[in-house]
Amino acid sequence: MASLTMYPADERLAGRDRVAFNLYIITAVALFVLMMLVGLTMRMTQAKWLDVPPGLFYELLSMHGAGMVGTISLATTAVMWFFLRKYVRLHLWAFVANYVLFLLGALCIIVSIFGYGYGALWTFLYPLPVHGVGMWTADSSALFMLGYLLIGVGSLLFYLDAAAAIIKVHGNLGRALGLQWLFGGKIDPDHPKAVVASTMVIITNSLGILAGAVVLVMSLVNIFYPQVVLNALVAKNLIYWFGHMYINATIYMGVIAVYELLPRYTGKPYPISRPFLWSWAVSTVFVVIVFPHHLLMDFAQPRWLAIMGQVVSWGAGFPVFLVTAYGALTNIYRSNIRWTMPSRLMILSVFGWAAGIVPAILDGTIRINSVMHNTQWVPGHFHFYILLGVLAMALSLMFHEIGSRAHAAPNSRADRMGFPVYLIGGLIFVFGFLDGGRVSVPRRMAEHLQAWTFSDKIGSVGAILVVLAMLYFALRITVGLLKPPSPSLVPESVPEPVPMPMPSPSPGVVGVGTTNAAG
Amino acid sequence: MILQNAVWAIALVGIGLVALGFIHVIIQAGKPADEAATRKSTRTAHILQAWLFVVLFVGFVAGSWATLRHFPIPPQRGTLDARQVVDVVGRQWSWQMKPDTVRAGSAVEFRVTSDDVNHGFALYAPDGRIVTQVQAMPGYTNKLLHTFQQPGTYTVQCLEYCGLGHAPMKTTLKVVAAGGE
Repeated sequence: MASLTMYPADERLAGRDRVAFNLYIITAVALFVLMMLVGLTMRMTQAKWLDVPPGLFYELLSMHGAGMVGTISLATTAVMWFFLRKYVRLHLWAFVANYVLFLLGALCIIVSIFGYGYGALWTFLYPLPVHGVGMWTADSSALFMLGYLLIGVGSLLFYLDAAAAIIKVHGNLGRALGLQWLFGGKIDPDHPKAVVASTMVIITNSLGILAGAVVLVMSLVNIFYPQVVLNALVAKNLIYWFGHMYINATIYMGVIAVYELLPRYTGKPYPISRPFLWSWAVSTVFVVIVFPHHLLMDFAQPRWLAIMGQVVSWGAGFPVFLVTAYGALTNIYRSNIRWTMPSRLMILSVFGWAAGIVPAILDGTIRINSVMHNTQWVPGHFHFYILLGVLAMALSLMFHEIGSRAHAAPNSRADRMGFPVYLIGGLIFVFGFLDGGRVSVPRRMAEHLQAWTFSDKIGSVGAILVVLAMLYFALRITVGLLKPPSPSLVPESVPEPVPMPMPSPSPGVVGVGTTNAAG
Repeated sequence: MILQNAVWAIALVGIGLVALGFIHVIIQAGKPADEAATRKSTRTAHILQAWLFVVLFVGFVAGSWATLRHFPIPPQRGTLDARQVVDVVGRQWSWQMKPDTVRAGSAVEFRVTSDDVNHGFALYAPDGRIVTQVQAMPGYTNKLLHTFQQPGTYTVQCLEYCGLGHAPMKTTLKVVAAGGE
């Protein structure tokens, strides 16, 4: 069961652990600010407030996509490592190797884009990387793909180390997921949710990364041996299988922060339960098989795949609404929660995830996808659950951790101002996209018609607010992390919570769900 | 009702309901509960969760049946028996479409493929809304079936990013009244 102690001793970061964690987080928040500025530039270009030429726009779009996906993965990997290391023995070298390979991969990607003009987006959809038509060369695409391979190898190293450590403690991955308790038996109340979530991530994202590696190697072969022609539909399936699982894994890694930290701020126990285990077991399957909703407009796909894409997208709402959001709300209800930055961000993150899945489920419906696919509805829903969901999860741990290094809870006046700016800016930003989808504004387009610019301007205003808030968060977190740990571990202004009486586990407790990202 | 507006309304209601649930709990969160109140609210929460499951499950089954009963994607093998057929080829960065005029009121079969990279064949109505779309993929011919209700000049816009000339990759399709040229 997650600790109710605000800063338990086994979470304390010392020595090389602290250096590694700081490197992850400071790199991540700096990259978030930079990538958000790139995103803002694109939205202001679409709003016709800036004049960025199309070639540069698509380079920025490639950078923003690859950069944001990579950075949110980096940040949530740090979340998973931070909590999982309490329950199993992780090797620091694997965590650091992932960081180093991420940086090397990022360097390849940045050079390929800004040095050689790569502009085939983060999806490198075959055969576009070899059809730059003067904007980029096949060699730049190869460098971009090499960057992906390096980042993927880093992630796999980290997951393999985590898998070995989990198996050493729990016997096998099935037991770590808690499958032995799905149909009966007394659930071990000390079985950590962080282990369940991490196991799910290891299984699904390893499969996704392997699929990505296969299509990357196939694409590289095609680049250097053009006579080897790939099947475009197979390549697209592999790319979206990889892409969907990679970005979804960030949610499952990020939500570990909510499981671990929320009870400390509500003072209520947060026990593991059978619905929780079911939701993770079901989601492990769902996240692997839901990806065909990205190919609903590829009519050459077998019909059963399209049906599976829609049905699983809809079914994915069950664990999110019934277990994740409902469980979190039950834990908060009449808890006398202490409102500081971590708790605010945790509630926001669960809201962002649950609310963001609504437009996602709609877009996962074949009939609706025929008018919404590749419109701004798509970035509308995925920014909803990434910006207001996953990023908020990661930020909650960051603010919680800087609280351990100060003698004041992370709840300054500037914090209290920064949070609503982030929330309101984020909502304006995502609704700007969703409204663009309503009026059929295409996504991924440098030049917008004048008729489309209303939602672009709305979105730009929201983006400015988000960037301002994130800039403040990044500075606050960086300065906070660089302070030495507080000797007492428990800040004076954050008293130990008094556990609330709980006659039985909260229904469902916080669980999990597969988030849709139909596009 | 325009489909996009209906989707927008459903999304707003759904997001609004989620937001209301959160706002209610956040308002209550600052009020501490004693043991009796906690027991009572836990029981209530279990009952509400069961009802939420029932509502979602009914919506899942009914919605799936309603949206998949008449499968929205036409069969891709064999003939579709449409009176009008339009062959469409996308390439960086233009559309080749034969013929470029169709009649309203009867089904049109679009046979859509690509010469180079993936493109998106999206049909925009004169009012600027997408009426339907399909992917144009090299090596495959996707068959799209659509019946135009309103005559007018429709815009074909590429909706799958395909490089520098993606945005200007568009053409027009003329839809004449039934019986017209």
